[in-house]
Amino acid sequence: MQYMLLIYGDEKVRPSDLPPEAMQQDMQAWFQYSDWLREQGWMVAGDALHDTDHATTVRVRGGETLTTDGPFAETKEQLGGYYLLECENLDQALEAAARCPGALYGSIEVRPIEAFDAPEGG
Amino acid sequence: MLGDFDIAEEAVQEAFVRALETWPRDGVPDNPGAWITTTARRRAIDRLRREENLRRKTETLQVLAELEALGGSEDDVSGIPDDRLRLIFTCCHPALAIEARVALTLRTLGGLTTREIARAFLVPEPTMAQRLVRAKRKIHEAGIPYRVPPSELLPARVPGVLAVLYLIFNEGYAASSGPLVRAELCEEAIRLARVLDRLMPREPEVRGLLALLLLQHSRREARTDAGGDLVLLEDQDRSRWDHEAIDEGLMLLDQALTVRRPGPYQVQAAIAALHAGAPRPEDTDWPQIAALYGTLARLSPSPVVELNRAVAIAMADGPELGLPLVEALGGVLDGYHLFHAARADLLRRLDRRSEAAEAYRRAFELAANPVEREYLLGRITELGA
Repeated sequence: MQYMLLIYGDEKVRPSDLPPEAMQQDMQAWFQYSDWLREQGWMVAGDALHDTDHATTVRVRGGETLTTDGPFAETKEQLGGYYLLECENLDQALEAAARCPGALYGSIEVRPIEAFDAPEGG
Repeated sequence: MLGDFDIAEEAVQEAFVRALETWPRDGVPDNPGAWITTTARRRAIDRLRREENLRRKTETLQVLAELEALGGSEDDVSGIPDDRLRLIFTCCHPALAIEARVALTLRTLGGLTTREIARAFLVPEPTMAQRLVRAKRKIHEAGIPYRVPPSELLPARVPGVLAVLYLIFNEGYAASSGPLVRAELCEEAIRLARVLDRLMPREPEVRGLLALLLLQHSRREARTDAGGDLVLLEDQDRSRWDHEAIDEGLMLLDQALTVRRPGPYQVQAAIAALHAGAPRPEDTDWPQIAALYGTLARLSPSPVVELNRAVAIAMADGPELGLPLVEALGGVLDGYHLFHAARADLLRRLDRRSEAAEAYRRAFELAANPVEREYLLGRITELGA
């Protein structure tokens, strides 16, 4: 099954505000984590997202495209990155979430990917 | 390459169909052969993944349905012990809300009907039905594995299962409405703890919980009088205790303790054992009970444990020493009726009657069970306030 780990945290707390050594350590932790996911054979994809300062929200209403600066909703913790995993079951996905460096200061939401049996086509 | 010829063949065909659709529109790719292979492989992987998911989910659902039909029909667990154990862990998975875990466990393992569970937890039947459907859907859709967790996960997962059983027992032991004790819930919890103990005989906390439940439940007949009114531990007719249950509880506790892996349920069972072993209230070993509550507070700290410890100290060393310890908990436990009842009791023993009456009144306001309320009202009247 596929699972998405959605990594939430307070983006005001930036790694770049940390002393260089601590920032280095933080980066290292994320690299090691990604490597571990690959070793487990679980990694499908994973990325960090730019801050919500750089977000643009688009809605189409009555045929009109409304484009606004900023995130869809103001929240205390923001989506800061994700991993897409292919694991056997929820326990593996939960184990992956518990090992994620982001779990130490933010929250990891684990969501199963819904598989559709839609007809294939162009 | 893909190991399944039919799927590979079908995937190649699909790739050709896709080529017919897209090439006229987007142009023929530079390397048409490679395009076909890549597309075919992606299709095949998608297909395999979907089939695998479907197979796994169907299997879980089937097992759930089968066990639901079987659940609770007989006490004999020897037939399908592995399935039952797997089912307990699945129903008590931490990814499910605690209410859902309790309901699922009672439904699939206890064999209670949705209506019975709804009545036990005071929610309308459709709400409970909804809760069960949602929980089963989550097991299915979120891929909660149908298995006993591997040994490295067990220490983290066993306490969750025990907590569900203890919750079921407690709802029966001090029901939030109706008669004080709802024996059927207590008995169901004991039955499930027995099943779990038989399936995991090397887990001392499982046996500790079973011992605790048996010792608590042994007092059921003595906890209310003929009129259905509450009788406190010290006033209970100890000949009405179920001595067979006490003997079994004591034996199980001894076995658990020899493993030398203490845990909160074994400690609570040891406390219950000290009460059960006292022929008269004045024979109770309160210093030992206070010490055990101290151990419990270290193993699983909570203000309620501290309250019990304070009461035990009051019983061992006198109310004047216990009262300040109880009152120190007023901040966190102000909404808990037993805090006010305990404080009232100590004030009464110290002959501070008007303060005692006031505290009983607070307890009365907060208590939910009619039998407990009746008791508290009696105490207020007795103090002439």
